[in-house]
Amino acid sequence: MPDALLNMTGLDAHYGDFQALYGVDMHIDAGEVLAIIGANGAGKTTLMRAITGLLKSGPGQISHSGVDIGGLRADEIAMRGIAMVPEGRQLFPSLSVKENLMIGAQVGRNGPWSLDAVYDLFPILEERRDQQSTSLSGGQQQMVAIGRALMANPDLILFDEISLGLAPVIIKDIYKALPGIIGQGMSAIIVEQDITKALSVSSRVYCLQEGRVSLEGGSDTVSREDISRAYFGIE
Amino acid sequence: MDWLNAVVQGTLLGGLYALFAAGLSLIFGVMRLVNIAHGDLIVLAAYLGLTVTTATGMHPLLALVLVVPVMAAIGYALQRGLLNQTLGDDLLPPLLVTFGLSVIIQNALLEGYTADPQKLSAGALETASFGLGGLTLGVLPALTFAIAVVVIWGLQRVFYHTPLGRAFRAVSDNQDIAQLMGLNRRHIFGLAMALALAVTAVAGILLGIRTSFDPSIGGGRLIFGFEAVIIGGLGNLWGTLAGGVILGVAQTVGAKIDPGWQILSGHIAFLIILAVRPNGLFPRISA
Ligand SMILES: Nc1ncnc2c1ncn2[C@@H]1O[C@H](COP(=O)(O)OP(=O)(O)O)[C@@H](O)[C@H]1O
Ligand SMILES: [Mg+2]
Repeated sequence: MPDALLNMTGLDAHYGDFQALYGVDMHIDAGEVLAIIGANGAGKTTLMRAITGLLKSGPGQISHSGVDIGGLRADEIAMRGIAMVPEGRQLFPSLSVKENLMIGAQVGRNGPWSLDAVYDLFPILEERRDQQSTSLSGGQQQMVAIGRALMANPDLILFDEISLGLAPVIIKDIYKALPGIIGQGMSAIIVEQDITKALSVSSRVYCLQEGRVSLEGGSDTVSREDISRAYFGIE
Repeated sequence: MDWLNAVVQGTLLGGLYALFAAGLSLIFGVMRLVNIAHGDLIVLAAYLGLTVTTATGMHPLLALVLVVPVMAAIGYALQRGLLNQTLGDDLLPPLLVTFGLSVIIQNALLEGYTADPQKLSAGALETASFGLGGLTLGVLPALTFAIAVVVIWGLQRVFYHTPLGRAFRAVSDNQDIAQLMGLNRRHIFGLAMALALAVTAVAGILLGIRTSFDPSIGGGRLIFGFEAVIIGGLGNLWGTLAGGVILGVAQTVGAKIDPGWQILSGHIAFLIILAVRPNGLFPRISA
């Protein structure tokens, strides 16, 4: 798959002696929205950490636009245009809302996203711009985390369980904003435990189970039975 | 009037201690590194000043234009080449390595400059004084205090109102996520150490003008700086200035009671504050 935006071949990941990913093969094309589902502990966050370079991967295991990025530092990968909305939001508590957004632009890439564009998407953030980021509600913090990633004008954005710990009505709001985000030609990988949500916004889906890909398919063609088998490993 | 005089002199002395402390506070704030060699780096800066002034005949304050960038460069190289390798979840490796560095700097200074006490001569500045409300203040201590205020104000500005300061705070908050913002933490740490040692250069030159120095006095300067940081509250630069002033006043007032009590009363003030307010007087707040 030479013209894939991101290509993973035989991707392994380790935490010390513990192996969390086993030979994962995956790809995402330009402009595509990919869903990754899997039970708790399946390795979804680990996969995100490997893609962003927070977890070292071997040479040749991940390529971005045809360039091998396995072994690059996380900041170098960020500069190439891969941004992440991390699990649990992880805003910078010492930075105001505005500063959290501004620091996203630190990579210095051009594109449609700017402070004004993010404020247009989430007007509440403009009102709260001078507040400490941690003083916001969970949903507003998630908006900051999303805005921060967008400010990098990435060509690939990773969402790691953005609905985790949020009220259903807030989740609905955030998912309503998603098409406006991804519609701009950006590719996205959406990690979710909520399978219905993940399938509804994506075109293809992978399921992870204990560090291995257990299912790959079109989001509207995979069957419920396939998913539950891939998800829980029940034969 | 004597007591008031002691308090005022102590306040001005506190400016020097705040300069000792500011770099220490900055480094700890950004990368949780306790730099045991900090005092020796101050002394190194004083010796660099000595070399520059004897070689060129420059006034020591003018020598800052050379010593500040040299110390900053040393800081960056030291961080990238050595200290970054020691940073991790464990606090012990950086402590051990900077302790070793302290020993190395002291011995190198002994080799290079011998153990003889040295002084930077600043001419008339050393003895000049002016009257203020019945008190006689030295121009040098007053200038030192003013420089300390300006340096701390400047650091505060950098920290809270520039992209570099934003990067410092982000890396300090969460190194992983900061890297996702395209920040190379090794480079950011290098810049933090460069900035810290630039301040150290100022502290070293002012120290060298004020008193004589020899390669062994770094440890004492480290303690004063350390105490000022802790009294003020970790991660708060204005608090560090306040900490320096409290330490300075405790020392001069102690010396007023009995000249032998100067250093001891500073330590006692430190211990009392530590006992009453373990997080210091002004624990970390934002600007
Ligand atoms: N920092 C870590 N150290 C050791 N093991 C970890 C660490 N983070 C995750 N793991 C383990 O790796 C596996 C995958 O975790 P993770 O990628 O977080 O799963 P998911 O995001 O799918 O819930 C789990 O077994 C988890 O216990
Ligand atoms: Mg996870």
